Amino acid sequence: MLGKLTWDAIPFDQPIPMIASGVVALAILAILGWVVIKGYLPYLWREWITSVDHKRIGVMYTLLAMVMLLRGFADAIMMRLQQSLAFHSPGFLPPEHYNQIFSAHGTIMIFFVAMPFMIGLMNFIVPLQLGVRDVAFPTLNSVGFWLTATGALLINISLIVGEFARTGWLPYPPLSELAYSPGVGVDYYLWSLEISGVGTLVAGINLVTTVLKIRTRGMSYLRMPMFCWTTLATNLLIVAAFPILTATLAMLLLDRYLGFHFFTNEGGGNVMMFMNLIWAWGHPEVYILVLPAFGIFSEVISTFSGKPLFGYRSMVAATMAICILSFMVWLHHFFTMGAGADVNAIFGIATMIIAVPTGVKVFNWLFTMYGGKVRFQTPLLWSIGFMVTFIIGGVTGVLMAVPPVAFVLHNSLFLVAHFHNVIIGGVLFGAFAGYTYWFPKAFGFKLHEGLGRAAFWCWLVGFYVAFMPLYVLGLLGMTRRMQHYDVPQWHPWLIVAACGAVLIMCGIAFQIAQLVVSVRQRAQLRDETGDPWDGRSLEWATASPPPAFNFAVLPRVSGEDAYWKFKHRATGQSRLDEEPAYRNIEIPRNSATGFVCAFFATMMGFALVWHIWWMVAAGAIGAFATFIVFAWRDHDEDVIPALEVARIDRSNWAQRSAILGKEAAE
Amino acid sequence: MTNGFDEAINDIDVAPGDEHADGGGVAQRVVGYLTGLGLAILLTATSFFVAGTDLVWQPSIPVALVVLAIAQMGVHLVFFLHITTGPDNTNNVLALAFGVLIVILLMGGSLWIMANLNHNMMPMDQIMQMQR
Repeated sequence: MLGKLTWDAIPFDQPIPMIASGVVALAILAILGWVVIKGYLPYLWREWITSVDHKRIGVMYTLLAMVMLLRGFADAIMMRLQQSLAFHSPGFLPPEHYNQIFSAHGTIMIFFVAMPFMIGLMNFIVPLQLGVRDVAFPTLNSVGFWLTATGALLINISLIVGEFARTGWLPYPPLSELAYSPGVGVDYYLWSLEISGVGTLVAGINLVTTVLKIRTRGMSYLRMPMFCWTTLATNLLIVAAFPILTATLAMLLLDRYLGFHFFTNEGGGNVMMFMNLIWAWGHPEVYILVLPAFGIFSEVISTFSGKPLFGYRSMVAATMAICILSFMVWLHHFFTMGAGADVNAIFGIATMIIAVPTGVKVFNWLFTMYGGKVRFQTPLLWSIGFMVTFIIGGVTGVLMAVPPVAFVLHNSLFLVAHFHNVIIGGVLFGAFAGYTYWFPKAFGFKLHEGLGRAAFWCWLVGFYVAFMPLYVLGLLGMTRRMQHYDVPQWHPWLIVAACGAVLIMCGIAFQIAQLVVSVRQRAQLRDETGDPWDGRSLEWATASPPPAFNFAVLPRVSGEDAYWKFKHRATGQSRLDEEPAYRNIEIPRNSATGFVCAFFATMMGFALVWHIWWMVAAGAIGAFATFIVFAWRDHDEDVIPALEVARIDRSNWAQRSAILGKEAAE
Repeated sequence: MTNGFDEAINDIDVAPGDEHADGGGVAQRVVGYLTGLGLAILLTATSFFVAGTDLVWQPSIPVALVVLAIAQMGVHLVFFLHITTGPDNTNNVLALAFGVLIVILLMGGSLWIMANLNHNMMPMDQIMQMQR
């Protein structure tokens, strides 16, 4: 009846996962109880869970990422503590638990923090920057989000029911095959990524179509803000690369479930094919994460320098070059697997070449700041922190692109330091810059500046204290993923690294405090005009938070930095343009399709992990039925009458006029 | 690659690959699909025939099958996916080119890497001899 699922699946004898999941369960129950008692449930259902508004979905993606960041960071600090204690001692984490923790840390941070953070920001901002009312496929967007949430949920269920993979964040065979990982851990990993991978692919298709097909009047390709370009490149990569991941993991699933021999040691399988395929996805994935961050920095640096982006066209060319080149370097992840010198040399050189367009971007950002009126507010601080940190990470990356160096340093903590250097310094700092920069657009008030600065400095210093020792440790010969060790020279460096992790924890605490304080002081931090930073692109041309239809009248664009031009025309004339003729606006109707679909997908994923076949069938039928019901509906749009549009738009118009009048009087 | 206002308005409700509403009547479109179907069946039948025949020089059969397969792809692209050279089709053509490039990079790269690995992997008895 319940397949492999028995009471033994719950680790009653291990205090850490029991306490952790108990606390999480209590927190969830408390929030649910509060929502129900306060009567917010209908509001939540109507306005958020079933919403197909790209802004709401973007916010939910970002929220998911931030909650998962807490989980991923809890794993990280446990590992740092373990390694700082485990000199000549077993530490506090038994090996089988420690292995699950580093696997979960990597999986969660990449798939459920970095990815949803970036997709959330793109979802929220890109339609606004393009001057349009929604993404190409609003309901599909909701489906994509909820399937991603399903993946995150399955991984977190593995904390309490069963176990997680002990294979590392990429389940290399033969370790991940049934013979060596007979438990459900790898199955949790595989099904959660298969399901969330579909969600990511759907989001990618949606955003590519949006950028290519839905832009406002006059928004030609070379007038799009930089963030839209990096979104296009990122999502092209998602569409091209994620099917490889899905197919590779599907082959591993066939090996595990149906006795196939794709990656087994015997029966004609080839484990190297797994490394080859997984990195053919994995390297583009790196750029899927970092390209949107590059876009965010371009927007932030240009806004806070009060200047147009330096070398806009070279930036576009560099972005698209990275998009193609990222598919030509994947072998550098397995230089030591046994390829010959010619193959290694060519992939090594290709890897070094990819540093060229990245360097172009760094110089463009520097020249954007040069001669500008630079305002050192939190988003810009993150951007400067990024430039310094990312360059160090990039240089160590180019160093390891030399195959002989890779032979010395591969699988060491030097590698771990390198990729944290680029992912924290590049992707995460970018996500935080974007979060601070666009928060007022999403909620109508700014984040607290002082606490934001404190968080930034804790993160920056904490990052260096935590990861620079790992470079040293790598050179001292320490390999990654060690549960205990007996080399006295390593011990002090690992204690320093643990202190760095504590500093980063302070940074996270300041970020939580910043959110709480900002919500409480929202009256003082209110953004009245919708343009709190003196912005340049179209998202600042509408109110904060934007109305459901984004723009009462779609703007007409006549050049780069569209909103900057509007503003200057208005200040030149000392008045805003005439009030436009308002019309009825059709917006897509809310739909529970995404949520219901994800409900059945969760059910199916869980059942597949535990071999509960009747439940698999029920989940599959339910998901398909949801799709059929959605396909048969014939009323899919609501109309906002022109009077209502006018009422909403006029209040923002009046506020902007008032500000303009004040400026003119000065 | 301009996208003026008028074009944007016309395209806004058209998914990639969709035909424009003013692009001929239903009958005309059905004829298009039927032509495609006919050609696809013809090419498929020819492939099966060529594979088993002894009417042509035997070593040329694989080449002939490759040619027929490529022709089959062309028929699908033109008649079913509606890839044309028209100005409104730039996105589709670029997407196709990108897809083909990625597939070539991935398959070519994988074949090259795996062949190289295979070449470098000595049979087990030779490795044993080296260790002696």
